[in-house]
Amino acid sequence: MSIVDQLRHATRRDRVFNFMIEADRLQPDVSHGTILYVEDLSVSFDGFKAIDNLNLYIRDGELRCIIGPNGAGKTTLMDIITGKTRPDTGSVYFGQNIDLLQFTEPEIAQIGIGRKFQKPTVFEQHSVFENLELAMAGNKRVWPTLFARLTAEQIDRIDAILEQAGLIDLKCQQAALLSHGQKQWLEIAMLVVQQPRLLLVDEPVAGMTHQEMDKTAELLTGLAGEHSVVVVEHDMDFVRSIAREVTVLHQGTVLAEGSMDEVQADPVVQQVYLGV
Amino acid sequence: MIIARLLKNDRGGRIFLGLLLLGSLFVLLSNRLLPEDSLLHVPTYTVTLLGKYLTYALLAISVDLVWGYLGILSLGHGAFFALGGYAMGMYLMRQIGDRGVYGDPLLPDFMVFLNWKELPWFWLGFDHFGFALLMVLLVPGLLAFLFGYLAFKSRVTGVYLSIITQAMTYALMLAFFRNEMGFGGNNGLTDFKDILGYSLQQDGTRLALFVASALALALGYLVSRYIVTSKLGRVAVAIRDSEDRVRFMGYRVDRFKLWIFTVSAVMAGIAGALYVPQVGIINPSEFSPINSIEIVVWVAVGGRATLFGAVLGALLVNYAKTYFTGAFPEIWLFALGALFILVTLFAPRGIVGFLERRKARDEREESA
Amino acid sequence: MIPRLFVLLAVLLWAAVPAPALAASDADLGPAFDLLMKRSFDDKARGIEALGQSGHPRAPEVLQAILDGRLYYIKKTRQPVFTQKQDSKLLARDVFSGEELGLFKKRKLKKISINNRLRQQLKIALARVQLSDPDPAQRLQAVRGFIGSDDPALLDSLRAQKAHEDSAEVIAAIDQVLAFADLDSKDEALRLAAIERLKTQLDPVVINRLKRIVKSDDTPLKVRLAAEKAIERIESRIAFYGYLETLFFGLSLGSILALAAIGLAITFGVMGVINMAHGELIMIGAYTTYVVQQLMPGAIGASILVAIPAAFVVSGLVGIAIERGIIRFLYGRPLETLLATFGISLFLQQTVRSVFSPLNRSVETPQWMAGSLEINSLLSITYNRLYIFFFCLIVFVLLYLVMKKTSLGLYVRAVAQNRNMARAMGIRSDWVDAMTFGLGSGIAGVAGVALSQVTNVGPNLGQAYIVDSFMVVVFGGVGNLWGTLISGLSLGVVGKFLEPVSGAVLAKILVLVFIILFIQKRPRGLFPQKGRAAES
Repeated sequence: MSIVDQLRHATRRDRVFNFMIEADRLQPDVSHGTILYVEDLSVSFDGFKAIDNLNLYIRDGELRCIIGPNGAGKTTLMDIITGKTRPDTGSVYFGQNIDLLQFTEPEIAQIGIGRKFQKPTVFEQHSVFENLELAMAGNKRVWPTLFARLTAEQIDRIDAILEQAGLIDLKCQQAALLSHGQKQWLEIAMLVVQQPRLLLVDEPVAGMTHQEMDKTAELLTGLAGEHSVVVVEHDMDFVRSIAREVTVLHQGTVLAEGSMDEVQADPVVQQVYLGV
Repeated sequence: MIIARLLKNDRGGRIFLGLLLLGSLFVLLSNRLLPEDSLLHVPTYTVTLLGKYLTYALLAISVDLVWGYLGILSLGHGAFFALGGYAMGMYLMRQIGDRGVYGDPLLPDFMVFLNWKELPWFWLGFDHFGFALLMVLLVPGLLAFLFGYLAFKSRVTGVYLSIITQAMTYALMLAFFRNEMGFGGNNGLTDFKDILGYSLQQDGTRLALFVASALALALGYLVSRYIVTSKLGRVAVAIRDSEDRVRFMGYRVDRFKLWIFTVSAVMAGIAGALYVPQVGIINPSEFSPINSIEIVVWVAVGGRATLFGAVLGALLVNYAKTYFTGAFPEIWLFALGALFILVTLFAPRGIVGFLERRKARDEREESA
Repeated sequence: MIPRLFVLLAVLLWAAVPAPALAASDADLGPAFDLLMKRSFDDKARGIEALGQSGHPRAPEVLQAILDGRLYYIKKTRQPVFTQKQDSKLLARDVFSGEELGLFKKRKLKKISINNRLRQQLKIALARVQLSDPDPAQRLQAVRGFIGSDDPALLDSLRAQKAHEDSAEVIAAIDQVLAFADLDSKDEALRLAAIERLKTQLDPVVINRLKRIVKSDDTPLKVRLAAEKAIERIESRIAFYGYLETLFFGLSLGSILALAAIGLAITFGVMGVINMAHGELIMIGAYTTYVVQQLMPGAIGASILVAIPAAFVVSGLVGIAIERGIIRFLYGRPLETLLATFGISLFLQQTVRSVFSPLNRSVETPQWMAGSLEINSLLSITYNRLYIFFFCLIVFVLLYLVMKKTSLGLYVRAVAQNRNMARAMGIRSDWVDAMTFGLGSGIAGVAGVALSQVTNVGPNLGQAYIVDSFMVVVFGGVGNLWGTLISGLSLGVVGKFLEPVSGAVLAKILVLVFIILFIQKRPRGLFPQKGRAAES
């Protein structure tokens, strides 16, 4: 963008500078039905192009699966959306109005994007309940946090979610003592209690049994509609069980997009995945 | 009421505060009422020594707050302590008035000695106790705020942060050693006469300072306890354990760190301000990096992330220091060095952690 | 200034120059001394003349001694002696053999006294003697010493010398001395030529003289302008050499910093171990130097060379012991490592205090490291700093080769990048850890040898360098050897350039503050390691 363009952009009459608005008050404008616009995105690490001119649109309320071989750029994409990594070029908009690239990780979280990590990270020294308390949507500034007291309503909500996640009996258990699957569930529960508009879920079913997988699938499909959900997953069965639309990433670009069947029939995808 | 709620689940805290209260009462009464040849009489010298330990304990709590609960190993808390001490020292210097060696009504001795003609601007206002108290809070607080703002915003963490905090206190030490700084250079500030009009040599003043230290320690403990049991405290521990995750939940990690770091620095400053009138001197060696590291050892010995552990560690190590440097001065550094190594190798959670583990084992054996 | 140079020259001549072939024997000087001992100044003048023309190697010293009033003769034996005041008596030394003859009461000796005329004559005679030295370098130095002098007889002898001088350098120097005398000439052209000629002279005498010319009211405009220009030029050259000198001091300080930090770059940078006892490993190296020197008192020069491998081995072994005994239990817990190694540093300090006493020990500088390399009258470089600079580069290059070319280096880098993978490939990671730590510690010891040449060796030696070393490594970029070298050198240079502006302590503080701010901006240093592995 040239300087003139920047100036023009900055002096537009109707423009409200985002930094004038506190991040937690920003609401994405989804009047066109799309919640996430990723356009012309590129990022490289030391000459290695992790994301190469990638375009991706997520509709509001959609459940989208992203698949792709290792090194396709899935995690890097998530890092960029959540503000951990800065792209070299391109834009990421949340709704039509919020340029995510201006914000830091906590601000993006406040705006309404939640993320579950590939490796389950819960706060091990805290109890299950406290983990959810911390994740709970609300005022996350310093002073309010110092004087925060949970309302009965909030406690009920945490309990309800714990019930749903099957962790209610472990409520006062230290998170460090949970099994791997339980930690996955706890993290998903933390994501839900955070009440984001858009959930980015990285490999939610790694290390889960089939039953747990089914339960996760149920939970995620239940979340879609009210929330938008993006799932990155390797497990094809799981993807098939939840996805209506699948995006295939390869070498940092979108290789194919469509229903699971369409994608699987795509010869290019077959070549990448199976080497045929 | 708040205090009761704070201590409800804090057995160690109840014991500690109870002992502090009883101990202070005993010291007070014994020093005042018992005859000097009585076995239980606590001489004023010991009262002052105990008062010094209490300020150290407060300092240890402030370090525990950032290290134990927030995961920031600060090797610069000695600097905040010393700055608080200097602010108090400047007030005490102004109280000397024309009773100095040179008898100059306006300037402290060291300025007369350096041939200075007028009081530097940053000494103005220190005639007033209130102003000095404000500076005791403000100077360490502001330094911590500025330093923390820069460091946390650019996400300097772990060892790097430790090293730059050390560099900070080292730089301050070099600066305060300079005569041109106007803080007495090498010799620092000393020869204090009185505080609020009471002579520092009198037993009554010394007892009052001791009581003030005990009160400050109790208050510091309660404030810290309030912080660590609040949601803020839980966020802090979460930051300690997984900083990134906290960020993705929408907490501005840098602000939380900055807040706690600043509060902790102010506490250290208060400890320093109480320390100086009891010890009677403040000089640049208080800034030396080894002092700051020693504080960390007190906390490590007592048990990090337990507030009364920090107090316990400070008292024990300092008692040992007084004993060793008196009885076997050669051995003290050996002992301190060994303490560092043994604690980190064999008791990473300190004495309190050790006791807790034993208790847990006993309970298991009982239930079995 | 000038007399001091004369003494120096006289001593140099006496010590270094073998007697010329045509030199007179000691006995030939007898008549000259006889004349000197006479009462009449005319006789003495002839004696001086004879002495000056004798070509005897001791002649300059004798002349100088007369000039300084140190030449006496023993009344009883009429033996000429050099004397030196000792309390109220005089210590006499034979003029020819230099043998001490013992203390004499003043009245047993008689001074060879002189007047102003003789003083002039002595100076000229001395100059002649020096000018007739066969070594052009000596002649050059002698001529340079005459700058600022306007004694006509001296100038005459210089002109005479110029006529048969064959060294171009000496001729140029003579021209400058002569030009100086022309500065006061009535002839404007001559003055201008003189100024032109003196433009390249850096001696303060010249610039002061030129300044006086500029200030003087009756200086013609042309001359004044020329003088101003010359001053400007000289001053800019002086400033330039000043910069060069500061640069050298900076590089020297920087090389010391880099030496202290290179070992840390291995243990902290490559292995990720925070070793707060690093400074004490340096100190151990310095004490090793001291001990080696005590063991071989007769060979100070060689002792340094022995001390380098010795310090490497001693510090390296201590390092390995620390790693095996303590640090290996603490891998992955950097803050605990920091505390434990700090404990070690206290322990080592106190040990040294108990063994060697808390006082500083002095390590002697060997002959071949003493003295300085004089580039011109403004710039001289002390040899010990110069050697340390090159030593630093050599250590660095060797280390670089070890890391890049040997299998140990390969293993170290492999373990640093992925411990489990390296272990799976059959690398004994324990052994590699110990060796790496030993290598880093050994280099710290070697740094101690270098430090012992520039600072006092005491128990606190290490403490003074630990903060600096960490700053250097962090500033350069952890894990990057080049970065450490560059950051060490640049921090040294920056510090030295700040010093004249702000004073030494403030410069140090400013550098620290700068680094603290720099780390905020670029937390991974000047030359960060890149890639995904560095992210965590």
